[in-house]
Amino acid sequence: MKEFNYIIKRILQMIPVLLVVTVVIFAGMRLIPGSPAITMLGDHATPQAVEEMNEKLGLNEPLIVQYFLFLRQVLTFDFGNSITLNAPVWDLFKEKAVVTLTLTVMTGLFTLVISFLFGYIGGISRNKVVTKTVDTAALIFISIPEFWIGIQLMMIFGLKLGLFPVGGWGTTWGEHLHSMVLPAIAGGLGTSALMIRNIEEEILKIRRQDYVDFAYSKGLKKSVVRNRYILKNVMVSTITLFSMRIVYMFAGSVVIETVFALPGLGNLLMQAILSRDYSLVQGLVYIFAVIVLVMNLLTDISYSFINPRIKLE
Amino acid sequence: MKKRLKGMPVSFYVGAVILFVILLMTFFPGLFTDQDPYTQDMNALLQGPSAAHWFGTDDLGRDVYARVIYGTRIDLAIGIFAMLVPAVTGTLIGLCAGYYGKKVDAVLMRILDVITAFPFIILVIAIVAIIGSGIRNMFIAIWCVGWKDYAKLVRSEVLAEKNMEYVAAAKTLGFSGARIMLRHILPNVIDGAFVYAISDVMMCMMVGASLSFLGLGVSAPTPEWGAIITGGRPFLTSAWWISIFPGIFLAVAGVAISFVGKGVAEKVKAK
Repeated sequence: MKEFNYIIKRILQMIPVLLVVTVVIFAGMRLIPGSPAITMLGDHATPQAVEEMNEKLGLNEPLIVQYFLFLRQVLTFDFGNSITLNAPVWDLFKEKAVVTLTLTVMTGLFTLVISFLFGYIGGISRNKVVTKTVDTAALIFISIPEFWIGIQLMMIFGLKLGLFPVGGWGTTWGEHLHSMVLPAIAGGLGTSALMIRNIEEEILKIRRQDYVDFAYSKGLKKSVVRNRYILKNVMVSTITLFSMRIVYMFAGSVVIETVFALPGLGNLLMQAILSRDYSLVQGLVYIFAVIVLVMNLLTDISYSFINPRIKLE
Repeated sequence: MKKRLKGMPVSFYVGAVILFVILLMTFFPGLFTDQDPYTQDMNALLQGPSAAHWFGTDDLGRDVYARVIYGTRIDLAIGIFAMLVPAVTGTLIGLCAGYYGKKVDAVLMRILDVITAFPFIILVIAIVAIIGSGIRNMFIAIWCVGWKDYAKLVRSEVLAEKNMEYVAAAKTLGFSGARIMLRHILPNVIDGAFVYAISDVMMCMMVGASLSFLGLGVSAPTPEWGAIITGGRPFLTSAWWISIFPGIFLAVAGVAISFVGKGVAEKVKAK
């Protein structure tokens, strides 16, 4: 019951934030210098065509009316039509979201496997050299930009060795997953490195706790102590970090999708920005914001399930 | 100073030495190369690394090594200035929110809620899209967003600190709020923000390079590492050297900063 109340309260708290988000996006889009109609039609547009476009976009209405028109669109998930792509923004979003979701899931899985593997090795090892090596390697990978790793992976495994496609995401699910391997690695290495350091640090800390010594002195097997006493406690902070980074990966798709020419949301957003497609930009940025807010909420709720000691207030 | 540096991990010294070299490249690029980063040589297009051109040449026959060396000052400047302004404003905002509490705090937290609703890179890209691309606008975009982490960090520290006796004492003495915040509380809460600021330089460098890569930051012909990498993208198979070297420099600079930051963080934690 307490959980339920908390969730309701958090959802209610989201409403004013979402409203302000709409104001920010609306104001931002109006601040763009130049007339959107001229930008879309080109410099040689006739005044008549510009006027028609203004009418079509609702730009002749007073600002406050324009805002409420936008708000109505937002509330009904109807973000209008993209001018350049000639399709409803919501449909474009649905179409491209599959790519970005697949990418995020693949990146997340890669990150989980790599970080737990190496974090565990680094943390549990009694050999100082192993611990230091893992730690230093992780620190190095934190400092390398994703797009550069992406380009190098593409060059070596895509262009030189021909093992993976270098752009696009194919037509079948087999091709989809195949084409996501390099992007997932490129997008996941940085987060993996962060998580490896976190897991390692946590394990080293927990290993020194009294209850671990006690478990050993009770005569429990090494594997039991490691899995049930140490790893379980590492989970809390790691899952927190991971859920924060999932949002980051989702947004990072802008960069990774540009590198690998994947037809996802990030790519769509860049296209929209470069072609000054107003309705598309404001629709996408708003959807991104909603997704982030929902993810943050889920993270907060999941705390209490992983660690019952955390009280939701 | 000597006492402070004692007991730092080896990685700290490695990072410090690399940073020193990077600073030399920043202020005296002439020490490292006598080539000009802008001079085009149509007789030497897309040439591989050689004794004359250590990192080869690009599609306009410019020396990649010279461009990377001269790019150091631009990338380092991006990292430092993109960090500096948000660090100061964020710290001040966090101080005020934590110290005054109540309404000031509530307003700030709502603003933070809204900013956190946008993913960092999306918000920066959107701002750049609105005000136009280019290095100046890139700074403005990062400044608008970057302060939130400092504000959060400092605010939580201030909340813990402001009930301490020395703050009560300063209040009794009739000091002004500004004086108590800046002279009494700030020195006790700055450590966390300081450690964060060091790694923030690295993160800002990466964001800057990524924006240039997307075509929203530094544009040609300015020698910036991200922009050089982008410039080399069409020639990945025929001229790998254009995109690989600036990336290595970016990574090495990032690692050096991380190493130094880690050393400082451990020192601060021990205190």
